[in-house]
Amino acid sequence: MRWETVIGLEIHAQLSTRSKIFSGSATTYGAAPNTQASLVDLGYPGVLPVLNAEVVRMAIRFGLATGCSIAPRSVFARKNYFYPDLPKGYQISQYELPIVHGGSLDIDLPEGSRKRIGITRAHLEEDAGKSLHEDFHGMTGIDLNRAGTPLLEIVSEPDLRSPEEAVAYMRRIHQLVRWLGICDGNMQEGSFRCDANVSIRPHGETRLGTRTELKNLNSFRFIDRAIRHEVERQIELVEDGGQVVQETRLYDPERDVTRPMRSKEEANDYRYFPDPDLLPVIIEPATIEAIRAGLPELPTARRERFVHAYGLSDYDAGVLTASRELADYYEAAVAAVPAAAKLLANWTMGELTAALKRDAVEIADSRVDARALAGLVARIHDETISGKIAKEVFEAMWAGEGDADSVIEARGLKQITDTGALEAIVAEVVAAHPGQAAEYRAGKHKLMGFFVGQVMKRTQGKANPAQVNALIKAVLE
Amino acid sequence: MTALHADTLAGLAARLASGECSSVELTRHFLARIAVHDAGLNCFVSVLEARALAQAEAADRRRARGEAGPLTGLPIAHKDIFCARDTRTTCGSRMLERFVSPYDAAVVERLDAAGVVTLGKTNMDEFAMGSSNETSYFGPVRNPWDPTRVPGGSSGGSAAAVAAGLAPAATGTDTGGSIRQPAALTGLTGLKPTYGRVSRWGMVAFASSLDQAGTLTRSAEDAALLLAAIAGADRRDSTSVEAEVPDYHAALDAGRGRLRIGVPRAFFDDGLEEAVAVAVREALAEYERQGAELVEVELPNLHLSVPTYYVVAPAEASSNLSRFDGVRFGHRCEAPQDLLDLYERSRGEGFGAEVKRRIMTGTYVLSAGYYDAYYLKAQQVRQLITADFARAFERVDLLMGPTTPTPAFALGAKTADPVQMYLNDIYTIGVNLAGLPGISIPCGEVAGLPVGLQIIAPHFGEAALLGAAHRYQQATDWHRRLPAAYA
Amino acid sequence: MSLTNDQVRGIARLARLSLDEAEVAEVADKLASILGMVDQLQATDTAGVVPMAHPLDAAQQLRADEVIETDHREEYQRNAPLTEQGLYLVPRVVE
Repeated sequence: MRWETVIGLEIHAQLSTRSKIFSGSATTYGAAPNTQASLVDLGYPGVLPVLNAEVVRMAIRFGLATGCSIAPRSVFARKNYFYPDLPKGYQISQYELPIVHGGSLDIDLPEGSRKRIGITRAHLEEDAGKSLHEDFHGMTGIDLNRAGTPLLEIVSEPDLRSPEEAVAYMRRIHQLVRWLGICDGNMQEGSFRCDANVSIRPHGETRLGTRTELKNLNSFRFIDRAIRHEVERQIELVEDGGQVVQETRLYDPERDVTRPMRSKEEANDYRYFPDPDLLPVIIEPATIEAIRAGLPELPTARRERFVHAYGLSDYDAGVLTASRELADYYEAAVAAVPAAAKLLANWTMGELTAALKRDAVEIADSRVDARALAGLVARIHDETISGKIAKEVFEAMWAGEGDADSVIEARGLKQITDTGALEAIVAEVVAAHPGQAAEYRAGKHKLMGFFVGQVMKRTQGKANPAQVNALIKAVLE
Repeated sequence: MTALHADTLAGLAARLASGECSSVELTRHFLARIAVHDAGLNCFVSVLEARALAQAEAADRRRARGEAGPLTGLPIAHKDIFCARDTRTTCGSRMLERFVSPYDAAVVERLDAAGVVTLGKTNMDEFAMGSSNETSYFGPVRNPWDPTRVPGGSSGGSAAAVAAGLAPAATGTDTGGSIRQPAALTGLTGLKPTYGRVSRWGMVAFASSLDQAGTLTRSAEDAALLLAAIAGADRRDSTSVEAEVPDYHAALDAGRGRLRIGVPRAFFDDGLEEAVAVAVREALAEYERQGAELVEVELPNLHLSVPTYYVVAPAEASSNLSRFDGVRFGHRCEAPQDLLDLYERSRGEGFGAEVKRRIMTGTYVLSAGYYDAYYLKAQQVRQLITADFARAFERVDLLMGPTTPTPAFALGAKTADPVQMYLNDIYTIGVNLAGLPGISIPCGEVAGLPVGLQIIAPHFGEAALLGAAHRYQQATDWHRRLPAAYA
Repeated sequence: MSLTNDQVRGIARLARLSLDEAEVAEVADKLASILGMVDQLQATDTAGVVPMAHPLDAAQQLRADEVIETDHREEYQRNAPLTEQGLYLVPRVVE
């Protein structure tokens, strides 16, 4: 039997606000346990939640960027369950009336086509605290610093058909939330994580199979691994005559397996009802329009513009718009060397990206800024230096030796364009290698490379390769 | 000359202002009364002697500096549902027996700022769930008019304390009648403001969409004085309302126009004790004598307010009380075997029978398969009841009727049958469902027990409510009576 | 309206309340009478009636995104039954 995999993702993006969703506590990561847990976060008797305006704004930004509808009236509900990291015994979330619903996002498939993935809804909720399972005399420690951190839960339609599609979708959302400045996307710190609903069905079947929910997948690799394993497990199970049980499973990255979650064994009955401590969130059309007007150009639009405006390939434009910072960098640079847009793209994606990665530097803190990189590319473009020399110049710039022109000047790297001087060197090289010269003349033209190399060696790479080529040709042919 | 403990807040304020007595003297007087009489009544869970005297001294200094406000130096008691910084706040429960609040409720904060002295924290039905003050972990409160009878609840400690002259006034909370019903049963003026009029910050939640803080006093004038201090929006409570706070005291004598008083037929049903009906009709006749016009009105869905309430309130309560899990505060069982055991035993031991019943009821009506039939249905009927009131207020200025069907009943009389107990709130609950302001004022006696007249106004109609109550109290003296044993 | 003891145990589990056998029977009995009273609602026609979650028809107020809280861990943990190294301790949680 051929099986089809059906996946829907619930992505939890922590919104990058200063304070929590319902309290004035800081959301800073890594503080000492429970030092950022206020009375509201602790669920003390008598306290009440008050909604953070920025959280609403951020949800609307996301909704507008994914073509979703923004609910004129949305409602917070209580999701009731007991867990030590959930101080009130209920999570304030949105249930029947989420703030954002009904949109989509396109993903790139490996074969080059695009696929539209439906976004069912995105709703606001509060994060829970953390359970620390280190041994405290056989007990678990509870840190509530994270409790009350705002989350946007982004729920996709079950439109994804493979682990690769799931990862591609997750990456697109990751790109978008960072692009919009609503989430830092830091997966190590848990700012961006997802649950996957996975089921299988025979090819051609239109009904959905029984799904399992894979919890807390906090890296792209884990999503891929966990779904892959879960799909294999389900197929094996069903082919052996078994049935998939609807359950929550946890991916164990150390053992590379999924296993049922003990704490969620009990069938949950969350008893959702509207939170009486919070009133309906009313969003006026004018508010939506003001937020729409403030949206940045979105990744897809910018990618298309890069193709048209700078003559880049769709692939290159995609790479350069992977993040807003990278795209901004490129555009700032290209403004200075508009004629060398493609060359600049190669340098941005090549040397620059490699150096950033090597030294673990964010592009905003790049040691070679956009204007400096443009300066370097301009010198390649006007043939002051060769591409090869440019790499040396870039490294020097990265090391802090100044801009391209001063490095070229200080190191004497300017290309030799004096024809007379080059002619002399070419003549010397030909004279020094009579055998090769004879072979060339006899038709072995691939020796051209050898002669060019010899000239480059004598000029320490400063000769213009095209010019050298022409001169050698003139002497030997 | 009126004894200090028989005087009103307004009267005591005048005595403080004239220098006849100091706040410290006043405070000592009431602390002494508590020391003598509270053992028999059980009004107080905590008496805050040191704190009260320190506050009184500060109030006297403030007065000496010429900075006294209308309430500066007046002692009151707070229902033990209001968090007060560094004091125990028990909510009448074993769950919070040793809970010390690290913060002040908005009501406490505002009264403290006005220079009010806190004598202590008063006994109450556990988590405000009860109509007789018999569900308190700290034992029942007795009615000063007859110690074999209940003072009503859940603000029974506050009511009994004021009725017995152990405090000149007290705060309370009203979710289904918990201020008005004990006020009626102890001969006091009990004001439940409009939902949203007073901040709920720091008030331990029972049913969030119904709870409202208010006052138990000797007169409508006193209620106006306290309301002026506690009313107003609070950014910490999203459900508090940004409506202007009128000068309630000034409004007492304003608006002497011809009142149109609606008398809901549903308030004079079969359950109403005849003698109570007689007293209430006599009060209505007094209003007529003062020139008011009585209009019979229909509240066709009012009879559904008790069943509606017993879905909505337990549902909200079951969720509100989930935070009591033995982890961050409150009772924790000994040597829990595992997490489930920690939860079940801490809660099983920490909560009393009535609280458990309501948590169970609320859990049930919200659970899968029952939500629509119970919770959603109740929310719809709540809409109908609210619409009934709105329609009535198109025709009349105020509604009047009895506060309770009977005077104070005997301790233990209704504890066996929760439904009988719940029906005691039949006339008060609708007001909470609709979020309206209501007041109970004493309007007679039946066999030596006080009877209450309930007055209901449209949303934010407290000034009219207090004005009408004040007008009645100008013409009658039921509100001046004290139980003989505490005179 | 009647409830079996098992139903009562199920609700008690959901609500995390320990009930002994005598309490189960007692609660079953009282819950049945409360729900019987509540069942009066079923006779009311509520077709098309908007459920009312709040007594006042108002919109949620929003607060500015500002940090106004400071660390009060020591004070807040004075009410906690069991803490260590700033953490609240509970019996071991197995995920």
